[in-house]
Amino acid sequence: MADDKDVLRDVWFGRIPTCFTLYQDEITEREAEPFYLLLPRVSFLTLVTDKVKKHFLKVMKAEDVEEMWFDFEGTPLKWHYPIGLLFDLHASNTALPWSITVHFKNFPERDLLHCPSNSVIEAHFMSSIKEADALKHKSQVINDMQKKDHKQLWMGLQNDKFDQFWAMNRKLMEYPTEEGGFRYIPFRIYLTMSDRPFIQKLFRPISSDGYTHTLGDLLKEVYPVAISRDDESKRYQVVIHGIEPLLETPLQWLSEHLSHPDNFLHISVIPVPSD
Amino acid sequence: MPVSLLWAVDVYGRVYSLSTRGQQWEQCRDAVLEFKRVTAVQQCCWGIACDHHIYLNVHSSDVPIRYQEETFENQRWNPMDNFSDRLLPSDRWQWSNITGLEHQPLDSFFLPSTNWEWEGDWYIDENFGGEPTEKEGWTYAIDFPATYTKDKKWNSCVRRRRWIRYRRYKATDNWATIPSEGRSGPLPDPFNDISCGGWEISEEPRGRLSLWAVSLQGKVWFREGIHHHSPEGDGWEEVSLPGEVVQISCGPGDLVWAVLWEGQLIVREGITRDCPRGSSWVVVDSPNPEAGAIHVAVGDNVVWAVTKDNKVWYRRGINSYNPRGSGWIGMIGEMVMINVGLNDQVWGISCEDRAVYFRQGVTSNELSGKAWKAVNVPRDGDIRSHSSASSSSLHSAGCFFSGEVRAQSVMSEDSDTKNGPQRAVLEVGACPSSPPPDPPPVDPDVPKPRIPKVTSDSFISEMLSDRKVKREGATTEASLREADAKSPPLALVLSPSLSGGPGDPQWSNVDLEETQTHLAVGPAGVRGDAADTCSLSSVATYTLCQEEPYGADEHPLWAWVSGGGCGVDCHSQLNWFNSATALSSSVQSMSLSISPAQTAAWRKQIFEQLSERSKREMDNFKHYEQAIEQSVWVKKGAMQWWRDWKPHKWVDVRFALEQFSGPEGNQDGILFLYYNFNEEKKYLHAFINEVTILVPVLNDSKHTFAVYTAERTKQRWPIRLAAATELEMHDWLALLSVSCCDSRGIQGPPSKQALWSVTCKGDVFVCEPSPSLEACPYPTPCDQMFWHQVGGHLRLVECNSLGVVWGVGYDHTVWVYTGGYGGGFLQGLASSTDNIYTQTDVKCVYIYENQRWNPVTGYTNRGLPTDRYMWSDATGLQECTKANTKPPSPHWTWVADWAIDYGISGGTDREGWQYAADFPTSYHGHKTLKDFVRRRRWARKCKLTTTGPWQEVPPIPLSDVTIIPCGAQSIVEPIPLWAISNKGDVLCRLGVTLLTPAGTSWLHVGTDQPFKSISIGGANQVWAIARDGSAFYRGSVTAQSPSGDCWYHIPSPVRQKLQQVSVGRTSVYTVDQHGNLWFRQGLTPSCPQGSSWEHISNNVRKVSVGPLDQVWIIADKVQGSHSLSCGTVCHRLGVQPMEPKGQSWDYGIGSNSSSVQSPGCVQLPLNPSSVPSA
Repeated sequence: MADDKDVLRDVWFGRIPTCFTLYQDEITEREAEPFYLLLPRVSFLTLVTDKVKKHFLKVMKAEDVEEMWFDFEGTPLKWHYPIGLLFDLHASNTALPWSITVHFKNFPERDLLHCPSNSVIEAHFMSSIKEADALKHKSQVINDMQKKDHKQLWMGLQNDKFDQFWAMNRKLMEYPTEEGGFRYIPFRIYLTMSDRPFIQKLFRPISSDGYTHTLGDLLKEVYPVAISRDDESKRYQVVIHGIEPLLETPLQWLSEHLSHPDNFLHISVIPVPSD
Repeated sequence: MPVSLLWAVDVYGRVYSLSTRGQQWEQCRDAVLEFKRVTAVQQCCWGIACDHHIYLNVHSSDVPIRYQEETFENQRWNPMDNFSDRLLPSDRWQWSNITGLEHQPLDSFFLPSTNWEWEGDWYIDENFGGEPTEKEGWTYAIDFPATYTKDKKWNSCVRRRRWIRYRRYKATDNWATIPSEGRSGPLPDPFNDISCGGWEISEEPRGRLSLWAVSLQGKVWFREGIHHHSPEGDGWEEVSLPGEVVQISCGPGDLVWAVLWEGQLIVREGITRDCPRGSSWVVVDSPNPEAGAIHVAVGDNVVWAVTKDNKVWYRRGINSYNPRGSGWIGMIGEMVMINVGLNDQVWGISCEDRAVYFRQGVTSNELSGKAWKAVNVPRDGDIRSHSSASSSSLHSAGCFFSGEVRAQSVMSEDSDTKNGPQRAVLEVGACPSSPPPDPPPVDPDVPKPRIPKVTSDSFISEMLSDRKVKREGATTEASLREADAKSPPLALVLSPSLSGGPGDPQWSNVDLEETQTHLAVGPAGVRGDAADTCSLSSVATYTLCQEEPYGADEHPLWAWVSGGGCGVDCHSQLNWFNSATALSSSVQSMSLSISPAQTAAWRKQIFEQLSERSKREMDNFKHYEQAIEQSVWVKKGAMQWWRDWKPHKWVDVRFALEQFSGPEGNQDGILFLYYNFNEEKKYLHAFINEVTILVPVLNDSKHTFAVYTAERTKQRWPIRLAAATELEMHDWLALLSVSCCDSRGIQGPPSKQALWSVTCKGDVFVCEPSPSLEACPYPTPCDQMFWHQVGGHLRLVECNSLGVVWGVGYDHTVWVYTGGYGGGFLQGLASSTDNIYTQTDVKCVYIYENQRWNPVTGYTNRGLPTDRYMWSDATGLQECTKANTKPPSPHWTWVADWAIDYGISGGTDREGWQYAADFPTSYHGHKTLKDFVRRRRWARKCKLTTTGPWQEVPPIPLSDVTIIPCGAQSIVEPIPLWAISNKGDVLCRLGVTLLTPAGTSWLHVGTDQPFKSISIGGANQVWAIARDGSAFYRGSVTAQSPSGDCWYHIPSPVRQKLQQVSVGRTSVYTVDQHGNLWFRQGLTPSCPQGSSWEHISNNVRKVSVGPLDQVWIIADKVQGSHSLSCGTVCHRLGVQPMEPKGQSWDYGIGSNSSSVQSPGCVQLPLNPSSVPSA
């Protein structure tokens, strides 16, 4: 049987085939061809779309170009969410490739954060990791790392170097055996139909009486609606990295294997498609 | 951690034992009588019953306690009768012992007690110093006290032959009465207290114990002559006393304390190797002048006492020089008694609730520990009463197994539980492939797959009932055996669980069903269908464990506890304290072949969905461009390098690994090493895909490793590097290792065909054989084979081509490969998550104390100016004092103090000295007039704790093991595996299959002398080497009769003592003590013993023959272009079906070890018995 390590590889090397089309109202000198790209699920949109920008700038005048942003079917896409999460949340039951519209004007200030450079992404990424480690190890592991180790995590993500990233990240995934898991599980639950951006609470992987918490336990605690009762048909899909783990999957295992590089378990709860 | 037992007696006199793997007290039902006190050691438990007699319960083992009686028949030649029993009046008796001084006719031998039985009748020994004698077994000499030869000469006037007969201790797992007789008639006095220990005082005779007893009148008695071959000892000897004693305690070493009626304590002094009884008592005052001491407990280096007010006291400053210690410290907690077990761990019975408490946090640095923790597990009786009382249908299945069976089963089984749980699960492993032929009679209303009907009760009683069936089988075999007993030597069937192998489908079927459900309950308490099964499983787990033991009247009241046989330390993970999780976690730890996490449905689901996802999202879009272009990744660091040119020394270098995607998309890399040469910047590089092996090198001051390429292997000169810290070295090694494996496309666990080897430092390496390894005529050269490390520490590794791998540690502990990879420093990506376990190993570091004689002062530590250091290593070249000698590497820690080693070859005197005329000569164990120097060896044990894909196979320590190189086609077919215990017993493992690589139990195969090497060939040919250097062939070994019928003695090559043997498909090779390699000529199916030995090569340390008769050796010394290597893996070229001897050697890995500063020694007692065909 395959080893758990294979899960890490599968998660890291997950790709979403994407078709970028320029927004129809953008002013171009000639017609803009759509651009096709395999986006890493674990990365961030603005980190991997240099090629997209270059492609469309070829047909545009410099004065018509402001900050680039994306939408999917009218929903602006938050660059600071991992790509895989955006896809699962907004497009998981649509046809592939994922069709993203590219904008260079009318930046939706209310919906999106600006992203002037990669250092903003790095800062966001590192702050997520630090927050996650604060939950997992009271920040002990991340604080013990040197600056170059932090850099190695970031460079690993930026350059899509699995080995480089995991050589360091594994330290963030360790825990004392006698405790059986992290202190708290860093997770965020995203809902499509909600005003709140996401749900995040303190939740331990092991209960005080030694019982191993599962994905189901977490949902029961923080978002019970997501779990359908026996007598009703399934209303919600609980999706992580494009898959639906069984509710009895131990949460600790999920946190170790299905977390994004920012060390958070990003869980999307989406309505079951009606058809 | 091997399974061991904690013993206790409750206030009703019932004896219970608790296994370190178990979660409930098992009552010892065999004990007809109530017991007052017990004292346990690892191999047995002594007790005082309510009749005040002493009883002994020897734990059974797969290797029986058997003793060889011998006597000699002497004859003299005269012209009339030829050789006859008519001896001269001045001669010895016709029947005598070996010296001729004692009269010993055959009928003068009696069994020492009724607990012994004869194994067979007397027979003649036809082996004489490794040479077979003529049929009658006579050896000849000129006259009686003379040298005997096996050949009759013209001047042979006398002859003698040796008769042998075995007796066996039969009262194992049973309380056997020890007659209360002193040296002069019965003791006047019944016994009141007893304490057993002293096994560390001396290793000779094997298994020696001290037993101290106190009589009701306050007298102390010492039992003489207890050791392995005499578990009961010979008799009581009274010890004079300064007062009347109420209680006594004896530690593993030389510590013995007792409590006097008046409340003072007395300490025994003068206990030594030669005088285990000690010589005198010294009085120590009670810790509290108001309240005298009532109880004392001693360990290796600790003394605990309890005073009349139930206060607990710890004695400061105890060591073997000062057994009295220096002062008392009052401890928290009130106890009625205290017991110190192995590793100075402390057990007590609380005054308040009469529960058994364990002292937490006792380490060698903090012997007083931290806190008391109650042992909180139910007794076997408690649970049964629950499940039968329960009306829940869930438990009804469990009830089926309970009660009756349990009551009938002989209690001797109970102490056997140390092997029990593991066996039960191992049997499970074999089952999934064979569909259950006949479902067990469980309640048909219960929908089986969904109901976790297993209670710990049913699980255990089922094991016992299972065992009971087997037991009956065993009895039949026993009677058969008796019939055969006259044709020794014969294989002895001794394990009770033996006969119930695959031939017992119904029971194994029960195992399967029960345990699978059990496993599914698992640690997470979650199964197939989430919502409702969750609650069901929690019913099963929780009601059983949480509520039961706390039932109002069920609280056990304990009277006595003994931890002397309980091998725990402060790091042991015990399931005794928190019963809620106990059940599930113990199930997990028991399973060897099926781990619950791996088989869980959720896990499978994730794997399936992920691969579906990849298919859905990526398969049709491969032509899309990647968002991130691959680039080069560089990791840099600073290191020291053992420079290539003379004078060799460590120089600072910068070190970099550049990784990039190779042309075919595979990962590749280059190592750069930047250094300065004459102020000029230079660099050295190595392609990652050319690295053949990375070896950590032990060095007590630096963290070093060596990098080899094929070229550097030829030169015997690797790149040697030293990192600043251990952590840094491990990071680099792990990274380089992953990088090397990536570049060669190696991922995950080793394949079944992998070659395994260990270095002389104990590191384990694996090589994935390429198809061209055995290609003809141009096989892959040995020096290009790529070896990568897996975790663990072993002295010996043995594998077959089906992926069954066994290893033996330096401390003779046996390990079986679990199917994982990584461990040790190979963490993160280089290691699997599952199947990695903690592994420990213990070895000794030796130093020598040297002295020279001078006429004035005798032997002193003042040598001549030209002499070696007065404290040195074996060669005398290095100074090694007790203080400056460090463990072999930072991973090893001392676990004991320096002690004199009496076991050195050549023998020693009573103080451990060996004498010689001058220093670099041979030493002998007694002083003669010509001896001017003497030395003695000091040993100190050190311990390594690491992790790796290995699980222990308790309980018998081994010195050699062999697995049939090919064979078994199906996963349940038994795989023959033979071994030699560290005492020289030959053992055959039963129940080894692909699914249960650890097997189930040992079958002891009788021999007339200890053995040292064994090998089994592809066609079940078993060859072995005895300690006297002769070879033996085991006849009639087949799949049906896995242990064969008898040994055939094969004389060794003339004047050579053989050391090691290896058998391939048809070839048999041996290595002798002088490093010669011998090939057995004339082996044919009709004559499997062959005809003669043919010399092939010298300079060989070890040989290993593969399933296709491939020959691999470890060569002793091989000259490279740069330096000499000691220990090189070599492959015999030109081995063909018609040319089994081959033509020449091809030299592979191995390196320099000649210089102490540049250690890089890679001795690989390689076992390439699994090289596949071309």
